[in-house]
Amino acid sequence: MPIFPLPQFVSQALSDNWWTYLAFGLIGFGFGYVLEISGFGNSKKLAAQFYFKDLTVLKVMFTAIVTAMTLLFLSSAVGILDFNLVYVPETYLWPGIVGGVIMGVGFIVGGFCPGTSLVSASTLKIDGMVFVLGAIFGVWAFGETVDPYWQWWNTSGYYGRLTMMDVFNLPTGVIVLIIVFMALFMFWGGEQLERIFGKKDLSKEPKLRIFGALALVVVAVAVLLIGQPTPADKWQAMSSEKMTLVETRAIQIHPGELLASLSDQRLRIVMIDVRSEADYNLFHIRGAQNVPPEQVESLVPYLLSEPTGNKVVVLMSNDETAATQTWMTLTANSVSNLYILEGGINNWISIFGGREPDITATPAPVVDEALMYTFPAALGDRYDASHPHPEEWELEYIPKIKLQQQRGPSGGGCG
Amino acid sequence: MKTAASAKLKIGLFNRPEKPYVHPYVGGVLLGIVLFLAFLITRNGLGASGGLNRLIAAVEDIVAPGHIDQTPYLLKLAGGEKNPLDDWSVPVVLGAIFGGAVAGILNGRSKFEINKGPNISNRTRLILAFIGGAIFAYGARMARGCTSGQALSGGATLSAGSWALMMCIFAGAYALAYFLRKAWN
Repeated sequence: MPIFPLPQFVSQALSDNWWTYLAFGLIGFGFGYVLEISGFGNSKKLAAQFYFKDLTVLKVMFTAIVTAMTLLFLSSAVGILDFNLVYVPETYLWPGIVGGVIMGVGFIVGGFCPGTSLVSASTLKIDGMVFVLGAIFGVWAFGETVDPYWQWWNTSGYYGRLTMMDVFNLPTGVIVLIIVFMALFMFWGGEQLERIFGKKDLSKEPKLRIFGALALVVVAVAVLLIGQPTPADKWQAMSSEKMTLVETRAIQIHPGELLASLSDQRLRIVMIDVRSEADYNLFHIRGAQNVPPEQVESLVPYLLSEPTGNKVVVLMSNDETAATQTWMTLTANSVSNLYILEGGINNWISIFGGREPDITATPAPVVDEALMYTFPAALGDRYDASHPHPEEWELEYIPKIKLQQQRGPSGGGCG
Repeated sequence: MKTAASAKLKIGLFNRPEKPYVHPYVGGVLLGIVLFLAFLITRNGLGASGGLNRLIAAVEDIVAPGHIDQTPYLLKLAGGEKNPLDDWSVPVVLGAIFGGAVAGILNGRSKFEINKGPNISNRTRLILAFIGGAIFAYGARMARGCTSGQALSGGATLSAGSWALMMCIFAGAYALAYFLRKAWN
């Protein structure tokens, strides 16, 4: 099993471990230190990027991106890092595009971006300090003015966790290699621009950078050749530990617990019904979405993305076999807070369907995963038993849902 | 000559000779390693505007708590009993300020000055810095992250939206660069 990212940062609240704040502080220290020694505290150097005289911004940014990217996917390839647990900024396409253009304008007008302005201010540059004051005003202004277009901001072009691999439908290694080549080409082009517009003598540039570029390509090719671990590989590594959860019935929740959780404001329950469409149309729990087992993996990016940090996923089939199979698939994809409806829909109806005269149990002994009830019509979720009132039912069960911390950077964690 | 010695010490710490910046590719590799370590250990990348945002929400929470509870955006950060400062982005921002300060002092670059193009006054430069900061931060909140949280962190994790956004930052800046050439050249 991959040991990174550390569980203290993934499945526990930060406040449980005081040292996590220290770790973030040290990372921030490194961040600020490197920005400063790269010249990012100097607005003149930053702005020169946009007059083709000094392309430090482009070089530092893209070197950092390709370095971090290749190391990230190399660690994932060799199995020490679980990439599904790494936070990928979600795609809100239109707010991102409009916000991006606005940021570009702010960059050329003010001469900084927020990170660089902090470093500039901390090295006593007055223009940096004033930019920070402006940024504080801008952040405040956004909070005050977002209401009228709240809907657009939250939904327009929302694709959740969407990577370049999804967009181009290419393996990770191929994308990594393409981006490395793209960056190297940009560095070459950038140096030519500096020669023409900035009158720079390229012969004085260190030869070592050629070797650096070669090393980068070699690592990227290695990432391509090793390949990323498949869910099957991951399952192999975790199966003994995870099967214990299944066998000790730690993840099968009683219908009563599901009912109570559905009305719990603090939780956001996602119900996935993996039965056939016919069974789903006959009867399903209100709010459950029908996803055939073979399509369930396409839900992974959605289940990994975190508009809210209190998501609980409940899987259900007629009995438990199909739901357990799906549970294994999703667990292999690092989806957390994942549960199975105990006894499936059959058990749900046996508890909540008693008051429905129209729903009758089939007399014949039935095979596993068959619906044990007959319905007069395919009413879907319009039976009372598909949305029972929680107040009307006093059920005894052992609560099993333990919410694992999903620290969603909602509302400004990132950036 | 005691005073001379203490003066020398002061010079030693604060008036060091200004050293040149590191080579951009070296800076880039170092920044990439910091970014990689952040992802590896904590699963989060780097960020600047998010932490700034939370610091401001914390101040608003003290000054006008009622206002927070009526503004949906602020409610997410600091509503009810939520502490807006209890988030990873806050120590990252504080660390970055500290790290920048240390690097500036060690390399003799910490001094009160205004960096600007030769053809504008200090006053104009500062007005532009304030306006630019306000515009940038507004865009950063709209895009849910700035150059650090989106372009760097999203770029390295191959987020499709972050790459689109990064192109837009460059496009926006280049599109306007001509009109601001007097400010910088």
